[in-house]
Amino acid sequence: MSLYTRRLLINHFNLTVSLLTMLFGLFWLGWILVTLFDAGFGGLSPKLFLQMTPPPGSDGGLWNAIMGSLLMDAAGTLLGTPIGIMAGIYLAEFGSRGWLAPVTRFINDILLSAPSIVIGLFIYEAYVIRVGHFSAWAGTMALALIVIPVVIRTTENMLRLVPDSLREAAAALGAPRWKVITLVTVRAAKAGIITGILLAVARISGETAPLLFTALNNQFWTSNMNSPMANLPVVIFQFAMSPYEDWHRLAWAGALLITLGVLLLNILARVFFRNRTATY
Amino acid sequence: MNAAVLQPAEQTAIQKIRVKNLNFFYGGFQALKDINLDIPERKVTAFIGPSGCGKSTLLRTFNRMYALYPKQEAKGEIFLDGEDILSPRQDLNRLRAKVGMVFQKPTPFPMSIYDNIAFGVRLYESLSPREMDERVEWALRKAALWDEVKGKLKQSGTSLSGGQQQRLCIARGIAVKPEVLLLDEPASALDPISTGRIEELVHELKNDYTIVIVTHNMQQAARVSDYTAYMYLGELVEFGVTDEVFIKPKKKETEDYITGRFG
Repeated sequence: MSLYTRRLLINHFNLTVSLLTMLFGLFWLGWILVTLFDAGFGGLSPKLFLQMTPPPGSDGGLWNAIMGSLLMDAAGTLLGTPIGIMAGIYLAEFGSRGWLAPVTRFINDILLSAPSIVIGLFIYEAYVIRVGHFSAWAGTMALALIVIPVVIRTTENMLRLVPDSLREAAAALGAPRWKVITLVTVRAAKAGIITGILLAVARISGETAPLLFTALNNQFWTSNMNSPMANLPVVIFQFAMSPYEDWHRLAWAGALLITLGVLLLNILARVFFRNRTATY
Repeated sequence: MNAAVLQPAEQTAIQKIRVKNLNFFYGGFQALKDINLDIPERKVTAFIGPSGCGKSTLLRTFNRMYALYPKQEAKGEIFLDGEDILSPRQDLNRLRAKVGMVFQKPTPFPMSIYDNIAFGVRLYESLSPREMDERVEWALRKAALWDEVKGKLKQSGTSLSGGQQQRLCIARGIAVKPEVLLLDEPASALDPISTGRIEELVHELKNDYTIVIVTHNMQQAARVSDYTAYMYLGELVEFGVTDEVFIKPKKKETEDYITGRFG
């Protein structure tokens, strides 16, 4: 067998194996999606968005849980994003000297991979016990703690992709450092940073563990952030664990809703990143 | 070439930049060794030499660009109009507003063509919208780019071709009306036509600015410059009127490099 035929064979073999592993992964993902659609699609109706979570045996929807999730996800993102972006800017733009940046980066990596239940327990200890009750604010804090490391990491990485020549060019005009950063480098990395935020939102919208110990749940709608608040993940968890058939249906519908939302966010993030990537 | 240029450097023009005993270090590596050099006002001075000889390093001391990086350090004195710019009291932003720089690769900012030019101007002057429009047009005309972009000033600067981007960067550099313009191989990434445009531009700009250009291309140095410095391994080997350096260099090393026997 010539060297060339052998190389062709090895190439075919490796291609086949990598194709099979890809199919293996996709198979489970496909199965999850099919099951989800099969069980949840029937539950999608206007009622889902108009009525509160019901007691077992009666009619109802997920309105309070949907609103609660949207509210806490939005508040958590609003709280976590500025902190994350500023820390990311620090790491990328000022992190080349001293010990603070490497230490921050290391801790951030740990936080990034910390199990979310630990974050929920932390807020429970640090806040819920102190104020004496569960609340949407506590949930917001836990979600923000998940947003922060994701945004820090993407902001830093995206800013590092901006070539130093651009920073030099701005500095060469006599621009002070804060103007170089805010007007030139952050702007050049904007698409990537926004993508990071969208992915962080996608990440927190499905988190159950941090909300279980913080926002808990609520059978009714409330806009009071200082009281327990309904949210999709915890409602799904509670309803799916119950013995009631109608609760199961609502749980499936909620799960499908979250999945579609996350899918939409991911698509948005991709489209955004593709269209707005500058030519650097 | 006018007659004055054929005189030795010291006797002709006013010296804009005087470099005294300059040594430069990248961490432990010494990149410039005891450089002494006077750069005359409103002339074009070219730095030539093989890669790694320190010509870009020398250029980057004139606006203290190296100060962006923690491990780079210059020792000695550089006088700009008699003031030592290496002094710790020197305000870097003011220095850079006075000493503009154009880089090897075009670096348009991620904003419109108009804002690319206005960016630097807004830092140090507050102009009325009409004055700003005039300044932008003036800079783009100077850089020979106006006719190509006048209809699309609101478009992104990154949408231009490479040659246009480089002229945009030159326009941006002169819009702030600096006194000195440093050009770090401004044409090395460009095609011959864009290169020709930029060389014409350098010729024209020297009426108003002191220009220092680093180039790999010896023909370019011969075409555009009044004075030429030949550098090798961090030392200034020869400095003089361009025609003399190219036609009858004083040093053997310079002759070898220029005639292509080495380098």
